[in-house]
Amino acid sequence: MPVREVDVADVTAAIERLCKEANYDLPKDVYAALEAAKKTEESPVGRAVLDQLTENADIAARDRVPICQDTGYAVLFIDVGQDVHFTGGGFEDAVHEGVRRGYTEGYLRKSVVEQPAHARANTKDNTPAVIHTRIVPGGGVRILFMPKGGGAENMSSLNMLKPAQGVQGVIDAVVETVSKAGSNPCPPVVIGVGIGGSIDMVTVLAKKALAREIGSRHPDPRLAELEDELLRRINALGIGPQGLGGTTTALAVFIEEMPSHIASMPMAVNVQCHAQRHVVAEL
Amino acid sequence: MVKRITTPLTDEVVRDLRIGDEVLISGVVYQARDAAHKRMVALIEQGEPLPFEIQGAVIYYMGPSPARPGNVIGSAGPTTSGRMDAYAPLLMEKGLKGMIGKGLRTDAVKQAMVDTTAVYFAATGGAGALLAQRITGNEVIAWPELGAEALARLQVEDFPAIVVGDCHGGDLYEVGRREYARQV
Repeated sequence: MPVREVDVADVTAAIERLCKEANYDLPKDVYAALEAAKKTEESPVGRAVLDQLTENADIAARDRVPICQDTGYAVLFIDVGQDVHFTGGGFEDAVHEGVRRGYTEGYLRKSVVEQPAHARANTKDNTPAVIHTRIVPGGGVRILFMPKGGGAENMSSLNMLKPAQGVQGVIDAVVETVSKAGSNPCPPVVIGVGIGGSIDMVTVLAKKALAREIGSRHPDPRLAELEDELLRRINALGIGPQGLGGTTTALAVFIEEMPSHIASMPMAVNVQCHAQRHVVAEL
Repeated sequence: MVKRITTPLTDEVVRDLRIGDEVLISGVVYQARDAAHKRMVALIEQGEPLPFEIQGAVIYYMGPSPARPGNVIGSAGPTTSGRMDAYAPLLMEKGLKGMIGKGLRTDAVKQAMVDTTAVYFAATGGAGALLAQRITGNEVIAWPELGAEALARLQVEDFPAIVVGDCHGGDLYEVGRREYARQV
């Protein structure tokens, strides 16, 4: 394969656009899931909340204002084809610059502070971004952008389960995490579950799981069934839209799995609010 | 039935509010979240005056996105109230009557609401574009260097909220959840 040159300015421009698009336009799958929930939600207050959420999405898209004032920490999953040669500057610098421009020129909130345990001083341009890069075959660049709000992220959990706990251990940890979170993460939530890997990788799996389209089926029937089971149990908790009581606590549960050490069963739950913003650009 | 209320709040108005009541709030509310709360409590502890009259006041736990030119405010929905729990009882002791936010509160906050006759409203989290349309005035009154976390005086008109914690000890999050919980 010939080397394909990609100017990093194109990376910056794509990310700037993704930052705005993700925050103004609620993805179609999420909008459809909220509409569907209105038909099944048993609580009148819950239905009123769901009405507000779709109306809010309509206003945001029309007026080009953020769906939510928490426009998130910028999380990016970038797959780089191994035939790509970046030119015109540093790749990561270009990514941060895209976030900087998107958040500044898109009137998005800057929600990042440096020295988290000390000064907590705002970096004023929402950088640095969290960048997960993968080298893949081919000559393309795929950028997945997911702004992640703080309220729901705070409700997430990492669980170092014992192998003997098995599937039941996973079910208990997911349900307990969502139950304890209650109204805090802005339900109806989307739940990303990572199973396996190492302590660092399992949280990445849980985050990446959140990028799936609502309504899509896990290709592995064993995990598809577990997703259904988890969704049923979560929606039996009674938390409901905004935690005011109801039958729609989660819109979807997505699982990502990888092998683990013989002694371990790491498992992570990444909680995502109803504003499940995820957009992709291909260069 | 929707109740229309105007700030500042009196004990009489607060006593009349019960969990589950839908309200439309008009008047002034103060925007403050984590950093502004830390500073307000520091002022009280040093015996210094607050930048606004707290007697009867309502605080909105919110940090907006920047306003587009010509707009009053950007997206402006509530943030998670629990992070302000460490500061809220002292502010209620000083006269704070209402809090607008979202999510669970500690028992200490709920007890302070009973002891001082205060109320906790929830606005819909993640409906910041919608809620911004009910905010008609916005003026930063302290700590502009905090950006989205600055203390601001907001004018609101028919701002929609629901009473989730009342001065009679009621907690809608507990009651609502119990009503719809199912066995699996």
